[in-house]
Amino acid sequence: MSATMARLRGRPFRGGVHPSENKELSWECRIETLPPPPVVQVPVLQHTGAPCSPVVKPKQEVRAGDLLADSSAFVSAPVHAPVAGVVQRETVATLPNGRHVKVIPIQTAADQPTPEDLWADVYGGEWPLDGVEAAEPSAIVSAIRAAGIVGQGGAAFPTHVKLTPNPAKPVDTVLVNGCECEPYLTSDHRLMLEAPRPIVVGALLAARACGARRVVAAVEDHKPGASAALRAAADGAAFEVIELPTKYPMGGEKQTVRAALGRTIPTGGLPLDVGVVVLNVATCAAIARAVLRGRPLTHRVVTVTGRGIRTPKNLLVPVGASYADLLAACGGLAPDAARVIAGGPMMGFSLGSFQAPVTKGTSGIVVLTAADVRAVEETACIRCGRCVDVCPLNLVPTRLALAARHKDWTMARRFHITACMECGCCAWVCPAAIPLVQLIRTGKVQMQKEAGA
Amino acid sequence: MTRSPHGPVPREAAVTASAPAPVAPAVSVAPGPHLHAAASTQRMMADVLVGLAPLVAVAVAQFRQHALFQMAIASCSAVVSEWLFARMRGRPATLWDLSALVTGLILALSLPAGAPWYAGAVGAAVAIGLGKAIFGGLGQNLFNPAMVGRAFAMISFPAALGASAYVSPSLGIEAVTSATPLTAFKMSGQVTPIGPLFLGATNGSIGETSALAALLGGLYLCFRRTAPWEIPAGAILAMGAAALPGLAGGGTTWTLAHDLSAGAFMYGAFFIATDPVTSPLTPRGKWIFGAGFGLLVAMIRRFSGYPEGVMFAILVMNALVPLINRGTIPVPVGGPAPQTR
Ligand code: SF4
Ligand code: SF4
Repeated sequence: MSATMARLRGRPFRGGVHPSENKELSWECRIETLPPPPVVQVPVLQHTGAPCSPVVKPKQEVRAGDLLADSSAFVSAPVHAPVAGVVQRETVATLPNGRHVKVIPIQTAADQPTPEDLWADVYGGEWPLDGVEAAEPSAIVSAIRAAGIVGQGGAAFPTHVKLTPNPAKPVDTVLVNGCECEPYLTSDHRLMLEAPRPIVVGALLAARACGARRVVAAVEDHKPGASAALRAAADGAAFEVIELPTKYPMGGEKQTVRAALGRTIPTGGLPLDVGVVVLNVATCAAIARAVLRGRPLTHRVVTVTGRGIRTPKNLLVPVGASYADLLAACGGLAPDAARVIAGGPMMGFSLGSFQAPVTKGTSGIVVLTAADVRAVEETACIRCGRCVDVCPLNLVPTRLALAARHKDWTMARRFHITACMECGCCAWVCPAAIPLVQLIRTGKVQMQKEAGA
Repeated sequence: MTRSPHGPVPREAAVTASAPAPVAPAVSVAPGPHLHAAASTQRMMADVLVGLAPLVAVAVAQFRQHALFQMAIASCSAVVSEWLFARMRGRPATLWDLSALVTGLILALSLPAGAPWYAGAVGAAVAIGLGKAIFGGLGQNLFNPAMVGRAFAMISFPAALGASAYVSPSLGIEAVTSATPLTAFKMSGQVTPIGPLFLGATNGSIGETSALAALLGGLYLCFRRTAPWEIPAGAILAMGAAALPGLAGGGTTWTLAHDLSAGAFMYGAFFIATDPVTSPLTPRGKWIFGAGFGLLVAMIRRFSGYPEGVMFAILVMNALVPLINRGTIPVPVGGPAPQTR
């Protein structure tokens, strides 16, 4: 009801921005499979939570899908071998977000599945609906845990944790997030077009696991093909598809839940607090694969795009392939490439080195040219309040940045610094080009450190 | 957080056995977001200049060379002062953000056609110096620089900028042979017809005479989101509310429409009160600010000895901005953040 009201008022959530999307660069590109690189490097920590400990030894031979590392912690997810090969000595890699993690390299064996077989194994083939009925809720959760599934939209939170029933916080709705609001990225879009069926089946399985009665998929209205594909794939199952207005950051959990269901997640809370579990479309497909085929999460679709890459593509890649492998598969960087971003251009991290491995949460690589990354020099805040107008959470970014600059934590708290989701709308719009998000992010970390000390 | 320092870093070749080595462009590392709206302070200021165009056109049509003279004096003085004060503070001059030019022009448009050259020159210099530079430059000032400059000039040269200064038949311009509509009404209860008052065929500061021009330029600014629409909206509503008691008392032929069209009200509401630096940050704050401005103008016109109150209303509301900002901290979507500790 209130969702209808919100849509009638034409304001699905407050604030937000409309950066140029540039999705047409890779919009039409069918998902291609990346030929297995000679070596993959599988990080033992690809999620929010506890890192895993290796269960394999160097020189050990592994098959695709074999367990590589696991943890006994609840909030953690095991990692598996994406390719058959031989385990090498552990090394350390730096992920795009700056974190150093242990990685298990695997020397790829010569004998690998053909692209067709790989596609059939991961997203192709049949996805029978009666598999949903047959599955026990607790068995679904353990299959998800065993398959190492984490949120593939970016935050990479272990999915089994979200789906484990909690009597204190019952779930009534599974919200399938197909918004993909970051400019440039098209991996979710292509997945919805080319493999809608596992998404539907996975979402229904998730609903069964957590006891939700309603399954709703939210897709931005500039992707009518994707919503149509999902509707067709639902094939009579209790699976709703709703189209939401296109606006950044529609894919943020708070914004999608607000726009699609009319519920407001409390600050500092989770969708669970309003009876919702939000799952990215790729995560749903991974759930279907884990439960129906007993296969772990080892591959994902990554968009490689931007005017700075020669041939934009949507690639099905093994987790652990390096960014360099992906860039090379797309013809390499164009001469005017100026910035390489892991993730989307609004919230992603720019890369200085391309040796980092792709993880379960990597949705895209965007290569911008010098013309895209306008060299803007920071000038003085003119207190225009545009940052306030666009903040989807109704914060006062300029004051948060000021508080962070002066390390004035009382002021930072008064202006609710911890509520910021770092979506980047404020910095996008700021006429003075103040690095608001960076200041706020650093401020949050420092404030926490000092509070802990 | 271990991030590479900003600036170009050597790119490692993205090579595999299967692909040729691409040429090596310089790839830079910087914090996100990596896209930016095509907005800049300079663009906003340029927008204000575009928005001022109708007012400038009316001013020139009406006061001819005298209008050009006032605008030239104040603008030049403002730009030169900006450069001088930046040098004194050892900062790079920020002439290209156009803010000094805007300040000078806003000030010029609030002067009478016959003002002596030093009124505009000193006013603009004070606007930049006392109004802005001593606070720490653009973005740091509490009061609208143009209004600081005008107030200073008015106190220093009362004869040159007071109500009587508006009547100077020697200029050879028809409009300036009689008192401004607000003065005429205040002193002798004489009501100017609404037509000329709205279109701008009356006496007044060179940029304020045409409410229509201010409305056109102002709506352009609101449409471009260079000016927040909440401030003029609040001002007009407050002016309307202030006119209510008058209606109940039977009223005069001086109507709300006269109040809105006369003097610098429209000019002030759309161009001066909307100065980003000296107005509140949040939409709610902007409403309050606009309403307070409108109310003050109405009060000063009605109850004080001055015929017009835009300048004082702006300065008073400017002083209240920190208070308004403190009182209008928005509640985040989803409620206040849980306080740790
Ligand atoms: S958008 Fe930028 S210049 Fe405007 S108030 Fe916010 S921080 Fe200041
Ligand atoms: S980054 Fe934070 S402060 Fe800026 S718009 Fe997003 S939520 Fe608001």
